[in-house]
Amino acid sequence: MVSPNSPETPGGAASPAGPARSIQDVVIRLAGNSQDGIQSIGGFLARLAGRSDQDIMTYMTIPSTISGGPSIFQVRMGTGDILSAGDRADMLVAFYQHSYDAHISSLRPGGVLVYDSDHVKPAEGDNRFTHVPIPITTGTVEAVGGTSKDKGKNIFVLGLIARIFDLDVAKLAALIKERFGGKDESIVRNSMLAFDAGYAWPQNNLRDLFFRFEAVDRIAGSTGRPQVTMDGNQALAYGLIAAGVRHGAGYPITPWSSIMETLRAEFPKYGGLFVQCEDEIAAVSTALGFSYTGQLAVTGSAGPGLSLKMEALGWATMSEMPLLVINVQRGGPSTGMPTNVEQSDLMQAIYGSHGDTPRVVLAPKNVEDCFYIAFEAARIAREYSTPVLILTDMALASRIEAFDEPDLPTLMVDPKPDRSERGADFKPYPLDKITRHAPPGAKIATGKYPTVTGLEHDEMGHPTGSPKLHTQMTAKRREKIKALAASLPAPELAGDSAGEVLLVTWGSTWGPGREALNRIKSAGVTAAHLHLRHIHPLPNGLENIFTLFHRIVVIEINDEGLYGFGQLAMMLRARYANPAIVSVTKTDGLTFKVSEIVTGVDKHIVSATLKASLGAASHSALAKL
Amino acid sequence: MSATALATPPPPAGAPLTKKILTADHPTWCPGCGDFAVLHAFYRVLEKLQYPHEKIVTFAGIGCSSRFPYFVNTHGGHYIHGRALPFAAGISLGGDDLHVFVFGGDGDGFSIGGNHLVHTARKNVRLTYVIMDNSVYGLTKKQTSPTSPIGFKTKTDPTGAIDQPINPMRTLLNTGATFVARSHATQVNHMIEMILRAAKHDGFSVVEILSECVEFYEGAFDSSIPRKGGTWTLVDEKKNDGTPEDAARHDTSDEVAAFKLAQQAWPGAFGVFFENKARKTKNALEAELVVAAKAKTKNASDLALLQATLARMR
Repeated sequence: MVSPNSPETPGGAASPAGPARSIQDVVIRLAGNSQDGIQSIGGFLARLAGRSDQDIMTYMTIPSTISGGPSIFQVRMGTGDILSAGDRADMLVAFYQHSYDAHISSLRPGGVLVYDSDHVKPAEGDNRFTHVPIPITTGTVEAVGGTSKDKGKNIFVLGLIARIFDLDVAKLAALIKERFGGKDESIVRNSMLAFDAGYAWPQNNLRDLFFRFEAVDRIAGSTGRPQVTMDGNQALAYGLIAAGVRHGAGYPITPWSSIMETLRAEFPKYGGLFVQCEDEIAAVSTALGFSYTGQLAVTGSAGPGLSLKMEALGWATMSEMPLLVINVQRGGPSTGMPTNVEQSDLMQAIYGSHGDTPRVVLAPKNVEDCFYIAFEAARIAREYSTPVLILTDMALASRIEAFDEPDLPTLMVDPKPDRSERGADFKPYPLDKITRHAPPGAKIATGKYPTVTGLEHDEMGHPTGSPKLHTQMTAKRREKIKALAASLPAPELAGDSAGEVLLVTWGSTWGPGREALNRIKSAGVTAAHLHLRHIHPLPNGLENIFTLFHRIVVIEINDEGLYGFGQLAMMLRARYANPAIVSVTKTDGLTFKVSEIVTGVDKHIVSATLKASLGAASHSALAKL
Repeated sequence: MSATALATPPPPAGAPLTKKILTADHPTWCPGCGDFAVLHAFYRVLEKLQYPHEKIVTFAGIGCSSRFPYFVNTHGGHYIHGRALPFAAGISLGGDDLHVFVFGGDGDGFSIGGNHLVHTARKNVRLTYVIMDNSVYGLTKKQTSPTSPIGFKTKTDPTGAIDQPINPMRTLLNTGATFVARSHATQVNHMIEMILRAAKHDGFSVVEILSECVEFYEGAFDSSIPRKGGTWTLVDEKKNDGTPEDAARHDTSDEVAAFKLAQQAWPGAFGVFFENKARKTKNALEAELVVAAKAKTKNASDLALLQATLARMR
C-alpha cells in the first residue's frame, strides 16, 4: 500500500508544495459522536465509489453503535480490490478530545491527524504524525449560519476529504441533493454551504496534503452494469426477493432486525407478507407454515435466537420441509457482544439440534455475495426439500460496499406454489427419491391425503416405530445431503497450486484472508487461499487439495476451544483426519487485520517440524511483514 | 375461510365428503378416551361444511389429543410441542383459501404454548383451534397439567397439586380471541354445533372441550355429566325476540358478561361465551397491505419493482 505520507517523512514536516501525489488506497478513521452523522460521510463516499469511473471502493466498520455515545467510522478507499477495512488508519479525523484520546493509537506513524481545533488539543511535542488543526465547528457555523448551530460538521468534513483526495465534486453534490432533496429546501442549501466551506478551506492550512487515486481500467470481467451500494443485510433481503421468496417471519434481534424490517416493508409490494412474531420459536414455526403451503419462506436471527429455533429445525429436517434460516452472527455466548462480529455459531448451525439432523450451511464472503447466497440457499432448499442456514455476520451486516448491479432479468425467480394434482404414485416420503411435498390445496388422486410429521414415519407419512424404517429414513435424509455435496462446485482457490501454506477461510474472513495471501506470497512463501462458501456439506475433493500443502491454516473469528482449534478447523480435522490442519483464531469482536493473519500463519510455520525443509529464508521474510 | 365462502359453500368436486372418506389411521387413544367423541364430532362438522377436500388442513402439536391429524384424511401435520398455532398461522396466512383446524390439549395450549395462544388470538388469524382439556398430562403418564385442580395427585405432585390452575375460559377471553366456546366430549351434538359455529367464524375461533382421560384422571368431569349425577348447563344465548325474558339471556358480544360466565363456580356453563364479528382478521389486514402497496406501485411487475429499488441504490 502506498500511503499518503510515507513513514520516512514523519513529524509534520511540511512537504513541498506541488501536484497531487498518486496513491492506491487510504484508510480514514472518523471519530466523533454518533449524532454527528459521521456514518453518513461513509455513506456518501460509498455511493460515490459506486458511481465512480475510477472504481473506488470503500469498506466500513461500526465498532460502537451506542446511541448518542462515541462512535467511529472507518473508510478505506482505493482503486482496484479493497479486501479488508485496513489494519491501521492513514488519516484520523478527531471531532472531540475523547475521540483523539481513544483513537490516536490507531493512526500509523507518519499518518495525518486532522482534528477539530475547537475541541481537541493534541499531546504537545508528539511528532509521530502530521498535525492538521482545522476549526471544524466554527468553520461549519460560520458557513451555514442561522440557527443550525454545528449541524453539518459531517458535510464540512466530507468537503475537506473531497478536496484532499480530489474526489468528484459534481457527483458528491448530486448525492447530497438526492439524500436531502425530499426534505426542507434549506437542508440541501445548508449542506452545500457546509460542503463548499470544507472543500474551499485555505490550501496552506492543509499543509499541501493533496492526493489522487491512481486511475485504473475497469477490472477485467466487469459486467458493464452500473454499481449499486448497500450493506450486507440489504443485499441479503433483496437477494431473497430476487430468489422468489415472498413469505417470512421473525423476531427483532441485533444485527438481524434490519433484514426483517426491509422484508416487512418490501414483501407486500410483491404480494407477500412478513410476520413479526411473539418470539423466535413462533417465527420459525410460522415460516415453516408458509413453506408447508408451497412457498419457500425465510426466518432469521442472531445466535441466541437460532438456539431457540433449534427444536423446530429438528422438525424441519425430520419432515423434510424447505426453509431458509439467516443467522447474522455476533459475539457470544448469550447476549455477549451484540454489536461485534464473531464466527462462533458454526457448530450450532451445523449440529445444534437434537437427533441426527444433516443440515445445509452456507456463508457469504462479502456484501455482494450476500445477494447471491440467497439464490444458492433458495435453490438448495427447494431442490433438496431441506432447511438451509445462511451464516452471515455483524461485519457484513453493517458495512457498505459497491458492486455490479445484479442482472435481474436473467436472475428473477417466479415463486408460484405448485398446487397441481398429485398422481396415484404420490408419496410424501419416498425412500428412493427426494421428497416433494404436496401443499394443501393440491388434490391427491388416490384420495389419501398426506401428513407432514416430526415422528419417524413410513413413505406415506404414517408414524412408525420400525427399526428398519428409522434406519432407512435416516439414510434417506443423509443421502440427499450427500448428493448435494457431490453436485457442489469446487471451492474458490487462489495462489500457488502447491506449497507451504494453504489459508482456509469462511464467511467475511475471505477479504483479509485473500489480502494476507498476497502479503505472504510477496514474502516469497508459496501459498494459496481456499475459501469455503458451502460449509456443510463440504464440497467433495478437499482432501486432494490439502495434501498439496505442508500447513493448512484455518482462519476464523472464534475461540480455539478446549482442544486448540477453531470451529471450522475442528470440523475439518474430524472430517479429513489431517494433522497438518491448524488454527488461527481470535475473539476480540473485531474483523481480522491482515497483519494478525500473517503473524498467526508465521507462528505455525516456525513451530512446524517441517521448518527445516521449508528453508529459513522464507520464514524470516514472512516474519518481517 | 373467507366471508364469501361462508355464504355459498362450494359444491363438492366429486363425491360428498363423508366420515368414511375422512377416516384415516385408527386412533391410538385408550378405549373410553373422550377424544374419540371429539374426532367423531369433527367428521360430522366436515360432512356439514363440505369444503373442497384438498383445502382442509388438520394440524396439531404434541400430546394424546395432538395425534388427531393422523386420524383425519385431509392435508395435515403433526408439529412440535406447543407450537402448532404459529405454524398454523403460517398456513392460514400463506393460503387464504384454506380451512385450517388445529387440535391440541391443555398442556399444548395453556402451558408450553401459552404465549402462542395469546398472540395468535390477538392477531385474529383465521383458523379454528380445538383444545381437548383432560386436566392431566396423559401421553407422559400422569403429571400435573396447567388445568389440574389443587389437590389432584400426580407423579409430579404425589401429595396433590398445589399450584393455582388456569381458568381456561377466562384465559381464552383474555387473549382477545374473537370466538370463544366451551363444550364437553360427552355431548356430541353440542360439540358439533360449537365446532361448526367456530369454523364459520371469520377469525380466530377456539373451542375448549372437556375430554376425560379414563386412564389417568377418571371421573374428572363427572360433575357436568348428568348420568353420573352432574349438572349440564347450557349458556342461554340471547334470541333477540323482544320477549321480557330475553333481557336476562347472555349476549355473546358482551365481553364483560362472558367474563362473568367464566367466573362461575365449577362446572359452569357450556356454549358460546364470546363472539366478536367486527374485528378484522390478520388475513384481511395483510391483504389490505398488499392492495395498498400494489396501488402505490401501480401494479408494477416484480422485476420492474426490484430494478427500480436497486436503481435508487446506484
